Formats: sequence, structure tokens, C-alpha cells
Amino acid sequence: MKKIAAVAVKELRQIVRDPLSLLMLLGLPAFMLVLYGFALNFDVRHVALAVQDRDHTAASRDLVSAFVNSTYFDLAATPAPGADLERLLERGRARGVLVIPEDYGRRLAAGETAPVQLLLDGADANTATTVLGYAGALVAEANTEELRRTVVRATGRDLPSPIEYRPYVWFNPELSTTQFLVPGLMGVLLMLTAVLATALSVVREKERGTMEQLRVAPLRTAELILGKTLPYLVISLAAAVIILVAARLLFAVEVKGSYLALLAATLLYLVGALGLGILISTLADSQALAFQGGLLVSLLPAVLLSGFIFQIRTMPAALQLVTHAVPARYYLVILRGVILKGTGLGPYWDQMGALALFALATLALASLRLVRHEG
Amino acid sequence: MYVLWRIVVKEFLQLEQDRRMIPVIFVAPVLQLVIFGFAVNTDVSHVPIVLVDQDRTAASRELVDRFTSSSYFELVGTEASVSAIDGWLVAGRAQAALVIEAGYGAGGADGRASRVQLVVDGSDAGPATVALGYGAAVVAAAGNDRLARSLRAAGGEAGVDPAAPPRAGRTELAPRVWYNPDLLSRWFYVPAVLAMILMIMTMLLSAMAVVREKEIGTMEQIMVTPIRSWQLIAGKLLPFAAIGLVQVFLVTGVAVFGFGVPLRGSFLLLLLLTQLFVLNTLGLGLLVSTVVRTQQQAMMTAAFTMMLPMVYLSGLIFPIENMPPAIQYVTYAIPLRYYADIIRGIFLRGSGLDVLWPQALTLAVMGLAILAVASLRFRKRLD
Repeated sequence: MKKIAAVAVKELRQIVRDPLSLLMLLGLPAFMLVLYGFALNFDVRHVALAVQDRDHTAASRDLVSAFVNSTYFDLAATPAPGADLERLLERGRARGVLVIPEDYGRRLAAGETAPVQLLLDGADANTATTVLGYAGALVAEANTEELRRTVVRATGRDLPSPIEYRPYVWFNPELSTTQFLVPGLMGVLLMLTAVLATALSVVREKERGTMEQLRVAPLRTAELILGKTLPYLVISLAAAVIILVAARLLFAVEVKGSYLALLAATLLYLVGALGLGILISTLADSQALAFQGGLLVSLLPAVLLSGFIFQIRTMPAALQLVTHAVPARYYLVILRGVILKGTGLGPYWDQMGALALFALATLALASLRLVRHEG
Repeated sequence: MYVLWRIVVKEFLQLEQDRRMIPVIFVAPVLQLVIFGFAVNTDVSHVPIVLVDQDRTAASRELVDRFTSSSYFELVGTEASVSAIDGWLVAGRAQAALVIEAGYGAGGADGRASRVQLVVDGSDAGPATVALGYGAAVVAAAGNDRLARSLRAAGGEAGVDPAAPPRAGRTELAPRVWYNPDLLSRWFYVPAVLAMILMIMTMLLSAMAVVREKEIGTMEQIMVTPIRSWQLIAGKLLPFAAIGLVQVFLVTGVAVFGFGVPLRGSFLLLLLLTQLFVLNTLGLGLLVSTVVRTQQQAMMTAAFTMMLPMVYLSGLIFPIENMPPAIQYVTYAIPLRYYADIIRGIFLRGSGLDVLWPQALTLAVMGLAILAVASLRFRKRLD
């Protein structure tokens, strides 16, 4: 126990001597949260729309105003007939062009189907998909209005909207992205700081040759590992607290469930991450390599394969299998449950088990490699 | 020129000595690209929904068909009561619940409103937004059909000419999507990986190469040799520009032949404009190296204060239009923003220099400015 403490104190001193790195480890989480909070927004609004109204009737003007007044679209240009519409999209002046043909008003009045064209820049597929949905809804609404007007004209009585659609959003009623970002970001950042910090600290000792000194010291492998990782466990926990506080102050994200459940899951997750860091350090000889390797096994899967931003459901089957080896995947489910849904650990024993398994596996592999190095 | 060449050769030799670095430089990008290409798919489809049908009429079944026949929703279960959907959403087994209230089929004939609820798990806001929108569209379509039916029925009523039943005009939206007709999100993300890999490699390598010499102490040796500082800087940076160029070939090859992303513009133009971008990243890497003392600091500073903000605020992954106005102004200061426009333009839109010249010019000016500042700082530290 004393030996572990001695190694931990030594490590802490080294950390304190490099204030820039410490500041990064602690300040990064809040910084990333702000960055994500602003950059990641699924609320597509004010899409630049060009309108080419070749009809110039009351009906065509109604349709244009339905688009422009929806707040989804901003009128960016009104190209004359014969204008180069593709240029408009290519130069990014507009995301889409609504083209209303000459006979639109006449066809509508005659009770016929009146086509209008929507040209979309599909380079950003996500925005285009959302815009397509908006446009479809606006046109459906316009058709409902037209139907009702016709019914009134024919029969003299108005029909109420025939089906009432009531959307409810649970757990995150404002659909704010920061609400679901906070759990994901904790998963990513804790993995990143824990893996990188431990991997780099061990490799640095290797590079400077001080690892030999530690090896000849009367320390068991387990004591060395524990002593070296404990300080980083504490720092990572502090980073987690900073994220939660920043999320609360900046974006009003509150933890609805119990803090104890949160702590239990986070500790389990961190132990696995620290184990992974040590494992990398036994494989890498230079800090540059440890850093690149660390990024590759921690940041990349935690961002891409955990369901953080990109849903696992939509991945190919083979890749879905790979995601089972990504601890952030399980941690994220637990965190979203505890923070957003206010549940305890009850529904998430599977996920806790998977995290424990991951921690055991990395620690076992890391100690095996360390022991072999000694022998 | 000869001196410059010797430094370039020395850098390459050093790179070769660190053998494990070579797979990282060449295998990592391809691996990253493959994971990105497959994992990053934001096409929303098959949202798992659980059904509570309290109406149980032909009309309610027809509505369920409308939901499941679109590829956006997939029925994963049925429950008898509304209280049961809680368990489905909390455990994440379903992402939405469709509740058709009793009286839906009667269509108001029995005094009850036709009401449909869609309960969505909002904890992942992106798919939730899309699911709500599609849900609204499906219900609106069902409602319009119902209105049209009652209109036809009204045709038989007294006072209406049976030979000319009233018909309502219908606006039909004919969408045409350019550049990416199937709206594959992969086409959006895969070219983005090119920019990211290029930035990570050139910036990190250049930042660390200088700091490593400082750490090992060989910087003093170089300083006492009769090398001018511009030769030293150019000699140190050129190899990384070359590596970057090789990576463009590598990544473009995988993107085009592996993922079927079209390269509609000129590859030569892509290479040319990439060099302008690399000017920026190498300059930033050099700038970082003048600020820090150790390799670890160099990596962390480059990764977290330069690369991450650049990736998120450049529009490379997250559209700039959705950001708050103040942040939108910040994005103009980020070189990656212009390069993102360039790669999307060349890959997907087939744009040439006639469209992309403002971006190219901005990159050139920014790159030279950054490189000048970094070199000045670098020289000052040498003296």
C-alpha cells in the first residue's frame, strides 16, 4: 500500500511539473463541450432558398409565402427565367431552388395536379434530407388547405382537420443537442484523457530510461500499475465533474438519476480505459507512436463506433459486431439512462457487465505484457 | 539548394528509423477512412417503433401500414396499453411509439376526435427530429386522403351537379437532387476524411519533428552548422508536404474505388489546391513547435487547440448554417473551412477554378501569413 502511494506521489509530482499538460487534461472537457454545443445542431433552419416563380398568380404567391414564412427557408434569390440555376447551387448562393411553372395557378383552379420542382444541392446529404422533409410537409399542408376550401365551396360546411397529430418527445422535450451530447462527450473525453495520459506517461519513462530504475525498484507489477494509474484516475474523475458542472452552467443539463450510479459506471469505465492506456504503452516505444496509437484506439471508436453521434443501428452488420468491443458503447447507454431518463443502474446490468469484462481483459493483457518484459 | 536537399534526406532517414511510425502514417489513414465510410451513416431509416392500437379498425390498420411501408419506420412490437411503452423507450428497444387512440376509425362520426400520438425518445435529437417530421408527413397524407374521400362523398349530396363532382387541385412536389441523387451521407463524409487525415498528419508531424530535436538536444548541433533558417524550415517541412501528397493519392483511391464516391472535378486541381491547404497546416504545426517544450505538449496543443476546433467549426462535418451567428463569423478564420468547400466542390459538384478561386486565394494568403509568423518566431528562438 505504501509502495503504491509512493509511486502515485512520484507520478503526481511529475504531472504538476508539466502544468500545460495538466491544464489540457482538465480544461479540454469544458472546451470541447462548448465547441460541440455550438457546432452540433440538428435544427436545420433558415435554409437559403431561391425561388423562380414563372406563374405569378395568387396561388403561386401563396405557395412561395408558405415556404418563406415557415422559418425553415430564407428567400436568397429570385432568378429570372432562363437563369443558370446550377450555378446558383454550385456557388453556394442557395441550397435549393423552387421552380413554379407557368400554368401552376390554372391547373390548381381546374382541380388538376400541378407539379412544382424543387432542385436541391445534395452534397450535404443530411441537410438535404431534412429540407426534403420540410418541403414535403409544407406542400401537404397546402394541399390540405386547398381540399378544405374546395369542400367548403361544394357543400357550404367546413370540415375540421380530420386527423389530429400529437407528437410527444420524452426525455429531452426541446430536442436540444447538448442534452444528448453531454453523456456522449463524457464517454469520449474520459476515454481520451485516461488512455493518452497513462500511455504517454509510461512511454516517456521508457524514452528517458527511467523505466529501468522503476523496474529494479522492489515493486510488484500490480503495485507499479496501480501507482502509475491512480493519479490519472483522479484527474479523469475531476474532468468528469468539470464536464457535468459546465453542462449544468452553460447548457442547463441536469443529472436526473443518482450520482452514485453515475460514479459507479464511470469508475468501471475508467479502469478499462486506464488498462488500455497501459497496454498501448507496452506496445509503443516512442511518444509519437503512443499518441497516434492512443488516438486510434480511444478517440476514433469512442466517437464513431459508440453511437455517440452516428447510430449503430445503421451500420453494416460486420461493423455492428465490432462495436461490441467498444466500451464507450455500453457506457453511453448507461449515461443516457442515468442523466436523461433518470433511471438507476437497474435496467443496465448487461452494460455494466460488459464494462467490467473490458476492464478485466485490458488489465490482464497489460500485466501479462509487463511481466513478460521483465522476464 | 544542396543544403536544403541534405536536410530533406536527413528528415526522411529519421522517419525511417522510427519504423513503427511508417504503418501509422500509411495504414492509419486507410483504416480511418474505412471505419468512417462504413460507420458514419446518418441516413435515418428503420426507426424502431412500438405500436399501441386502441382503435383496432380497418382505418387504424391502414395507418399502421402507411407507417411501416415507408422505409423510415420499422415495427418492433405491439402493446395493449400506453403505460407499457415506457419500458420500451427507457431500455432503448424502441425509439418511438405510435399510439392510435380509440375512435380513430370512426373519423369523428361518434363525436370523438381522430387522434394519433407519436411518442419519440428525444435523447438522440437528430433521428428524433427526422422521425417526428416523417411521422407528421405520414399522418398528413392519411388525413388528406380522408378529406378527398369526404369531398367525393359530398359530390353525391343535393345541390351539387353529379356530372361535375368538385375536385380539389393538388400541388405535387417533384424534387430533383443534384450532385448526390440518392442522398448518401457517405458521399458527404468520405471526402471530409481526406481533409482530416491530411491535417492531422502534416500538422502533428511538423510540430513534433522540431520539438523532438529540441528534446533530444540535436537542435544545438543544427544551429552551429552553416544552415540558414529558411533552409532549415523548408527542409524540415518539405518531407511532410510530400507525405501529405502521397496520402491524397491513397485516400482518393480508396474513396473513389472503395466507396464509389464520384470524383467529378479535376484530380490535378485537387492536388494543387491541397498544397495550398498543406501550407496552412505545416505553418500551424511549426507555430505550435515554437510555443511548446516537449513532444507531449506539442501533440496535445496541436490536437486539442488546433485540430479539434478546426474540424468542428469548419463545416467539414457539421453545417455552418446551423451554428449561432457569432460562431459563424469565427469560421471565416479557419483554413479548413475553405478546404472543405474545395474538396466538396471538386469531388461532388465537379467545380473548377472558376468557382473555387475565392477559396484558393484565401488559403494561399492565410497559408503564407501563418508560415511567415511561424518562421519569424522560429528564427527568434534560434538566435
